[in-house]
Amino acid sequence: MDMSAVLEVVTRSEPGMVRTNNEDAVMANPVSGFAVLADGMGGYNAGEVASGMATALLGEELEKSFLQREPSNKETSGKFWAEVVLETEMARVNGSIYQAAQSQPQYSGMGTTLVVGVFHDNKVTVGHIGDSRLYRLRGEDFQQITRDHSLLQEQIDSGLITIEQARHSQNKNLVTRAVGIDPEVAAEIHNHEVFPGDVYLFCSDGLNDMVEDDEIAMTLGALSANLELCATQLIQMANDNGGRDNVSVILVKVKEEFPAARGWWSRLLALFK
Amino acid sequence: MAKLILSMETTMLKEIPLSKERTTIGRKPHNDIQIDNLAISGEHAVVITILNDSFLEDLGSTNGTFVNGQSVKKHFLKNGDTIELGKYRLKYVSEIPQQTSSADFERTMILRPGANQHQPASGPVPAAPPETPAAAPMPAATEPGSQATPAHMATSPGMAPQPAATPQAAAPALPLGAIQILSGGNAGKEMELTKTLTTLGKPGVQVAVIARRPHGYFITHVEGANFPVVNGKALDTQAHQLADHDVIELAGVKMEFFLKN
Repeated sequence: MDMSAVLEVVTRSEPGMVRTNNEDAVMANPVSGFAVLADGMGGYNAGEVASGMATALLGEELEKSFLQREPSNKETSGKFWAEVVLETEMARVNGSIYQAAQSQPQYSGMGTTLVVGVFHDNKVTVGHIGDSRLYRLRGEDFQQITRDHSLLQEQIDSGLITIEQARHSQNKNLVTRAVGIDPEVAAEIHNHEVFPGDVYLFCSDGLNDMVEDDEIAMTLGALSANLELCATQLIQMANDNGGRDNVSVILVKVKEEFPAARGWWSRLLALFK
Repeated sequence: MAKLILSMETTMLKEIPLSKERTTIGRKPHNDIQIDNLAISGEHAVVITILNDSFLEDLGSTNGTFVNGQSVKKHFLKNGDTIELGKYRLKYVSEIPQQTSSADFERTMILRPGANQHQPASGPVPAAPPETPAAAPMPAATEPGSQATPAHMATSPGMAPQPAATPQAAAPALPLGAIQILSGGNAGKEMELTKTLTTLGKPGVQVAVIARRPHGYFITHVEGANFPVVNGKALDTQAHQLADHDVIELAGVKMEFFLKN
């Protein structure tokens, strides 16, 4: 199913005001209906290599997998094909980056965060590793869909600090899971229902560290009619507040429902039941 | 590294670097900071330091622990906080990271067991158990069972919004902008542009947005076949900086932008 008819997608990635290089990478495939955002880390230019590898490899492999089979197919395990593909391909990307980091001294220690969304059958299957996020605006309601794999999130969860205190923490940049650092990593994968009118925002921490959630929500609400301008505005706000990190956003607006095609034979069969 | 400065009345007594994960404060001699005074409990309070953050916890002391005049059980210490114990004061000083490392400081880094990538070697980085690199060391008062298990907790999309940083650079004093409607049913009405973004127009017909930025106000076309007109000239898709007394025409309504003093 060609998803570009029902999804409006805008991707944007900029170095920010302080850094000269951009270690973030973004890609979207509106036809297959998926988007990938990666925030690389590691010395010199290795962060760019890691995030670039992640988006390129996933872009290619996910497209191939979803041409083979619809992402909404139920597998024998009870999982959607989208979940199975995300699990295996995110693990494979981890392996590739880890191998590269191990075999080439200039890439030693490189890694990346990752957030991937696959839209299918009125759902989005989301996989993430690290502290890059997915948010959703539905009507007035603005929610963070992913939960960071970070020291700060764990401190909040354990009650050690409050969300308010976390704003002032000096430990913002520590992630507890990343792609390419260890031989194996578990991606966190969930399915969420999608409604027409929803606006999804994938972003790197360069946005949510610099711009308050309220401001992000207001921008999505005010500018959802013009996603290009919305993306420009988000990045501009991060830069106006200091732009200390690379800033990347992917915006996805759901124009209408997209139930999976059930095929004429199944509709015919249903008539005889 | 952060430190505590112990003083009594106006006399500075001692400087204590927070080099350990737990720095205990109390009257008994085994404390890291011993204050031999009857107003202080045997084990009065503890400061827990995790990388660059420090937390103060009262250990059920008789006379209590105060920070900046407020009684606290548990407190996230910020630079300049003053801890009061009886007549004694402990000032928390967290040194600002040096310029050279500040770029590094913002960089995303992985937190791994045994790897001390973030601090100079002297800082005792709490080591997490090897099987769970995700587990951060928790203070003794926190139950071990309450540690995060993100995989199970994230199934619900309805989680609390995440914190964002307080914008670093406070916007320089920009005079407040406002819009006054000049024509149509609402003529004479005034609207202050206090928000970062203010949308104008009719959704589906013609909408423009005015963004408040540190160096001024900018108007941009959002949707609709017609573009907003400023001082008789139609805009293109680019943002246009507004000057005092600019006249804007949008969806058949004229309005004036002006700066307030």
